[in-house]
Amino acid sequence: MSKIVVEGLTKIFGPNPKRALPRLAAGASKEEIHRELGLVVGVRDVSFAVEPGETFVIMGLSGSGKSTLLRCLNRLHEPTAGSVRIDGQEITRLDRHAMIQLRREKFGMVFQRFALLPHRTVLGNVEFGLEVQGVPAGRRRQAAMEAIELVGLKGWENSYPHQLSGGMQQRVGLARALAVDPDILLMDEAFSALDPLIRRDMQDELLDLQARMNKTIVFITHDLDEALKLGDRIAVMRDGVIIQIGTPEQIVSEPADEYVAAFTHGVDRTKVLSAGAIMQPVKAVVTDRDGPKTALHRMRQSGISSIFVIDRQRRVQGYLTIDDIVEAAKSQRPLEACLRRDFQPVTEDTRLDQVIPLGAESSIPIPVVDEAQRLRGVIVKGALLAALAAREAGGNRQVPGGTAHAAARADTVAGRGGAGQSSGGEVDDVRAV
Amino acid sequence: MYELFETYRLPMDIWIRDAVDWLVMNFRPVFQAIRWPVEQVLAAVRDGLLAVPPPVFLVVLLAVAWRAANWRVGVFAAASFALVGFIGLWEPLMVTFAMVVSAVFFCVVVGIPLGILAARSDTFFALIRPVLDAFQTTPAFVYLVPVVMLFSIGTGPGVIATIIFALPPIIRLTNLGLRQVPEEVVEAGTSFGCTPMQLLWKVQFPLALPTIMAGLNQTIMLSLSMVVIAALIGAGGLGVVVFSGLNRLQVGTAAIGGIGIVLLAMVLDRITQALAGKTGPPAQRSS
Repeated sequence: MSKIVVEGLTKIFGPNPKRALPRLAAGASKEEIHRELGLVVGVRDVSFAVEPGETFVIMGLSGSGKSTLLRCLNRLHEPTAGSVRIDGQEITRLDRHAMIQLRREKFGMVFQRFALLPHRTVLGNVEFGLEVQGVPAGRRRQAAMEAIELVGLKGWENSYPHQLSGGMQQRVGLARALAVDPDILLMDEAFSALDPLIRRDMQDELLDLQARMNKTIVFITHDLDEALKLGDRIAVMRDGVIIQIGTPEQIVSEPADEYVAAFTHGVDRTKVLSAGAIMQPVKAVVTDRDGPKTALHRMRQSGISSIFVIDRQRRVQGYLTIDDIVEAAKSQRPLEACLRRDFQPVTEDTRLDQVIPLGAESSIPIPVVDEAQRLRGVIVKGALLAALAAREAGGNRQVPGGTAHAAARADTVAGRGGAGQSSGGEVDDVRAV
Repeated sequence: MYELFETYRLPMDIWIRDAVDWLVMNFRPVFQAIRWPVEQVLAAVRDGLLAVPPPVFLVVLLAVAWRAANWRVGVFAAASFALVGFIGLWEPLMVTFAMVVSAVFFCVVVGIPLGILAARSDTFFALIRPVLDAFQTTPAFVYLVPVVMLFSIGTGPGVIATIIFALPPIIRLTNLGLRQVPEEVVEAGTSFGCTPMQLLWKVQFPLALPTIMAGLNQTIMLSLSMVVIAALIGAGGLGVVVFSGLNRLQVGTAAIGGIGIVLLAMVLDRITQALAGKTGPPAQRSS
């Protein structure tokens, strides 16, 4: 059963808003209704369903009604018409008491500007939801401490919000929502107020947490990259209407109209994306102490033809090709002896337009490292070419439909980090284009 | 030249006199009922303060001011009160202090709920706003007229006049403080399942508290100025010292009364400002 089912949801702001419904049904535009009745249409006849464990992203520019829609789900805004069902229960008809109960049981919410209580410590903020529910102090403290640990703020529980950075404050906001162990997380532009580096960290962390907790998440954003990264499915909104719902792949490769297309193709993505956005997790590495057999086994398991060698601190020492290792095994030499060092690492912040030349020269994936030269991920050629292809598709709208289509699809794979795809396959795909 | 006004004269003074007469005739029990609790609280506070030996009072004052602000304010408060005692005005000081305490007590009890109501209902705020404006622009003396007519004279009616005079800031700033709580924080409270009461006491009130305390500070300062003027309608305390001094052209007496009032005002201001600073989130605290 779907976790959240929304049918024909409409939200109109202003006095006595129901009088706009007949005009809306007759197809009057947002502007007409505002001119004739002085009412503002926030959300207009929206329907969708969110499955348990799904991350559902609602994307749109400011004023598109996405935050209003989110607030209708827990009735922070009272829907004007339509139905919202949570676990099959129609919530628009619940009385005030039952609604409060439902909010306590089902929802955790994270806000754009954090919305922490400045007079309470981190612990006091995280405990808030449980305190409101009347959970006894001991149990509530325990749950709050667990949530604080989960978001990586252990040791900060007695600090006040103003003593923390924006990223840390939003971790408190996240911990506050997680402490009540909700079924559904509502996240209203949760990372939009953070600077880009922190934002990406938080996105990674959310993906990480989600992999462990499997909540149902409704996430609002105006940022396409964020939507593509986090969403299992994405709904694109404009003027209070959902224009398209689909997987990230569908949104990018089959945009429902010009508006969505502009969203996804409007920018030179190599200038927007950085190495971190298209890097993939390292499938296998060997340490400088492993023997050739281990190396061969790992490479066979992950289906790769070259492997990076790291030391104990995960610093990249060099790489080995499969031929090197076979040779080493035959001649009984240690792996170190045939280590190749002609690689050029990039950092996660390196723009793609700088990564592309490196990729063109290199025969192996490009290692992505952090400041301490520790291996964070790799960029395979396929992902790089896909991003490049997308630039051409974005830059030149006149390309034949088929080419743009395939390029965009490959781009999506790159944008999502290509999880689970074999790198060789990607390369072939793009070359075929 | 003034023929016009002499020919056509509005007998407003007579209308008001008749209206007040009618009010007093028909609603005497109501006014007595208002006066009773005020006088009970006033008497209790005054008797309590006067029963405390001055040295004990000074030590307690030192401790309270130290705790609320810092040691300098503590020493300043105790030294100021001691000085007023040494110039022979301990008892009037205690009476004035008791009047301020009682007046502020009633201002808080009446003003904060009215402020909360005003913050929650735009209609109610629109209704009381002109009343608050009128109260704040009316000179202090003018209050004394209806108070005397309705409540007669004495220290009790003096405190009632003070309550009316000092009430507006705490209503206004309670309303303002609550309305200034960021919408998102209120939404956060609601989204976690706060009842309206939990929302008020756990979210809105704590965030509004610094503003409410600023209102309390203003209310205390206004009460102090009014309890002095209330000496005109027979209220006791330091005001009496000033007025009797002026009436008899005893400059010295009037001046020491004035010094007592100024010192009391400064002590109360320092302590309540320090308290207002401490109620804010740590970021807003001024040390």
